[in-house]
Amino acid sequence: MHQVMIDTDILEANEQMADHNRGHFKEHGVYVVNLMSAPGAGKTSVLEQTINRIKDDYRLGVIEGDLMTTIDADRISALGVPSYQITTGTVCHLDAKMVHSALYSFKIDDLDLLFIENVGNLVCPAEFYLGEDLRVMVYSTVEGADKPKKYPMMFHESKAVLLNKIDLLPYSGVSLDELRRKVLEVSPETIIFPVSCRTGEGIDEWIAWLEWRIASA
Amino acid sequence: MHEVAIVQSVIDIAENEARKHGAPSIRKIKLKVGEFRGVVKEALEFSFAALRKGTLAAEAELEVETVRLRVECGGCGPVDCPLNDFNLLCPRCGDLLAIVAGREMQVEYIDLEDAEAICTR
Repeated sequence: MHQVMIDTDILEANEQMADHNRGHFKEHGVYVVNLMSAPGAGKTSVLEQTINRIKDDYRLGVIEGDLMTTIDADRISALGVPSYQITTGTVCHLDAKMVHSALYSFKIDDLDLLFIENVGNLVCPAEFYLGEDLRVMVYSTVEGADKPKKYPMMFHESKAVLLNKIDLLPYSGVSLDELRRKVLEVSPETIIFPVSCRTGEGIDEWIAWLEWRIASA
Repeated sequence: MHEVAIVQSVIDIAENEARKHGAPSIRKIKLKVGEFRGVVKEALEFSFAALRKGTLAAEAELEVETVRLRVECGGCGPVDCPLNDFNLLCPRCGDLLAIVAGREMQVEYIDLEDAEAICTR
């Protein structure tokens, strides 16, 4: 018997694939946002609000990830934006290979901005890079203030957190300050946007920041 | 349960290495997994028991070493950061803390069966 030292990152193969995707995106000048959250936090609603405001300024595309159904991709298509649904079956996250396969269904040269809506899950998607420029989380006020402490990795990985459903704050039993403080303890450099996809409040601020990120990429 | 995907990668890495060395089988795979990764040791073991069948690691042992989370403040030095109340702001000065350990997820080494050892005519 003999021992072989490996010292290799377990997810190296995914990271290499993510780098490969990143190469495609750079070559074609596409800015890519990976949107993550728990199920029901409002990722697709955030996309709808965002798309409605910027679809004349950018050539958009959306990749949707879910275990089953094309409901989300249908919602995006209804806005006149090309979308592709990845149905993972039983897999709880998107990985770089799935995204690479999905790219064949887009005319990537015709895109400026690609959103990837990950599978609704607060754990697994954080571990798999897709080749994105930006990781953004949606965290809804009705999920309770304990989520950043219970699931710190995803918050820690996100450059921005959209605190969605602020219109429901009066009913959720938590304050915006508490939610904000918990996110910042786990991820001090994350920028937080309180928003409501129902009323549209705060969406302009998020978009202004996103456009600044795109412009400075 | 992304542990299934993680363990599949572990087996791929180990099998590739075993083939490179012409080894007939893998005896042991040693992993290092940080506390600050969304990975559950028991789920890794469970996934390994299922996925190793029919691979060069079919008889292999899996050892998972958990790497403790360690954080440090630039000014105050090492700080205790309980996983129960994860906080990256220094309790003394309020500065941003840096994670210095606990983010690992690596195959550290594998033990391979020597080709001669099973060559009994």
